[in-house]
Amino acid sequence: MNTVTQVLNNSLTPQISDRLSKNFNRHLKERVIEFILMLAAFSAVLTTAAIMGILLYESYGFFEHVSIADFLTDTVWTPLFENPRYGILPLVSGTLTVTGVALLIAIPIGTISAIYLSEFASHRVRETVKPILELLAGVPTIVFGFFALLFITPLLQKIIPGLPTFNMLSSGIVIGIMIIPYIASLSEDAMRAVPMSMREGSYAMGATRFQTAIRVVTPAAISGIVAAYILGISRAIGETMVVAIAAGQQPNLTFNPMDAAATITAYIVQVAMGDLPHGSIGYQSIFAAGLVLMLMTLTLNIIGHITRKRYSERY
Amino acid sequence: MMTSTTPVKAEARNLSFFYNGGNNAVKNVSMPLYENKITALIGPSGCGKSTFLRCFNRMHDLYPGNKYEGQIIMHPDDTNILEKNVDPIEVRMRISMVFQKPNPFPKSIYENVAYGLRVRGEKNRRIVDDKVEEALKGAALWNEVKDRLQDLAFNLSGGQQQRLCIARALATDPEIMLFDEPTSALDPIATANIEELMSELRNKLTILVVTHNMQQAARVSDYTAYMYLGELIEHGETDRIFTRPTRKETEDYITGKFG
Ligand SMILES: Nc1ncnc2c1ncn2[C@@H]1O[C@H](COP(=O)(O)OP(=O)(O)OP(=O)(O)O)[C@@H](O)[C@H]1O
Ligand SMILES: [Mg+2]
Repeated sequence: MNTVTQVLNNSLTPQISDRLSKNFNRHLKERVIEFILMLAAFSAVLTTAAIMGILLYESYGFFEHVSIADFLTDTVWTPLFENPRYGILPLVSGTLTVTGVALLIAIPIGTISAIYLSEFASHRVRETVKPILELLAGVPTIVFGFFALLFITPLLQKIIPGLPTFNMLSSGIVIGIMIIPYIASLSEDAMRAVPMSMREGSYAMGATRFQTAIRVVTPAAISGIVAAYILGISRAIGETMVVAIAAGQQPNLTFNPMDAAATITAYIVQVAMGDLPHGSIGYQSIFAAGLVLMLMTLTLNIIGHITRKRYSERY
Repeated sequence: MMTSTTPVKAEARNLSFFYNGGNNAVKNVSMPLYENKITALIGPSGCGKSTFLRCFNRMHDLYPGNKYEGQIIMHPDDTNILEKNVDPIEVRMRISMVFQKPNPFPKSIYENVAYGLRVRGEKNRRIVDDKVEEALKGAALWNEVKDRLQDLAFNLSGGQQQRLCIARALATDPEIMLFDEPTSALDPIATANIEELMSELRNKLTILVVTHNMQQAARVSDYTAYMYLGELIEHGETDRIFTRPTRKETEDYITGKFG
């Protein structure tokens, strides 16, 4: 047995080593390419990790001066005043109010658009409307900001007398318009992923198109639709330009959309544009605020990811 | 002969069907469905069995560009269900369908069976309850699910799901039931259950079943039709088709020389 393999080895050795060295060269080349590709892919991950690291590091400096309890419970946010107070709640309330208004706009319109596009529109209409939606998603947010301040707010002031120039309502509406394409497009994807056999089952029972869309396709796609909502919410929470321009800059603990208030993001741009010395507590406060923002969107994204995964396992 | 005394429930008359793009998948087929009988449709893959079956509930209307020619007459009212002014929804209320792969809705067992009643606007809780129970019993599923009617239908086994789909189709008291290879996704025991069920259902309604399985056709059906390349080659009582086919092609197919 042993001798046989040895003989075989001996007789084959030249060719095999030849082939092996070619293989080795090819492998080396592939390795290098693979490494470069990996580097490119990891640069995004590394950047994210670095951002997270800096956020945590600077926030740590912040929390050496401010107790977490104060940060989470104090109702006033005035880090740059003589007698600074560091309660994040006013910024959170501003963020949630604007987001709430945005969702009241975006969820109904986005969902209805998705149902229309997926279940009713002809192929031609769908192929025309979807690119337009995606175009809307590509409009720079600063444009939406001015749209809110210079068009929506004056319009709203005609309907609601006494509405201040800066208010959360118009920012919320405009952010809502901004995220409609996300919600519509992702929900439509989820609905189109529902297998045709399920629709046929419904039609075969004598259901109309509308009944099929509402009673069968929508529930079948619900986790994808919810995931779309969640991604939309996290977009709305993170939106900066519109609120910085149109919602006002004063942190204000209120849930009334007719008030002016600052959101977390608005506060961050406002302070980041000023010239605060590095390492000062005001400077560090934007990292603490950023950390809260990041945690909010991260949580939502994780929830969205999980629901999406669960839904893709269904079929 | 049996054929001369048995009433006809529906009949295709010179039925042709063209898919969007012109593929003529059913060619000038004329064939009766006898009342309270099971008609089996056999033939090699791609010969147009499903296409023919799906003409009966106007399923092809769901996709643009499809075209029917000829008639499908339903008795006793002599309605041509392919006529343009006949609402396909009306047709589907009278003729229900069970698909090859069980396709329950993402709803509870109860709501799956109640679906047809719900889309017809039935609101009376008592009526729906009764119909659901009756349909589940009719589909031989009641004993297995009566304690878990609110469970999601996806949690049932494949065979149970298929019986659920039969219950769903039964709940609205259809006159005809179409089955497109209803057991091809099921194991032998589940298959036997469905076959037994079909035999019982024959007392209530008329059945047209597509099958690839010759034994199944021989076991369950009263009449058999053999299709080839979109044409109906032969139609007759199952016993005769399987023992004394008149056409050579039928004999070749049944004896396995072909297909
Ligand atoms: N949507 C469609 N568009 C165009 N042609 C189609 C379409 N569906 C089926 N066909 C064609 O029509 C013919 C008949 O198909 P059909 O599905 O009715 O066959 P079948 O007898 O049911 O086959 P199987 O036993 O494999 O289910 C085939 O040639 C098929 O390729
Ligand atoms: Mg078929």
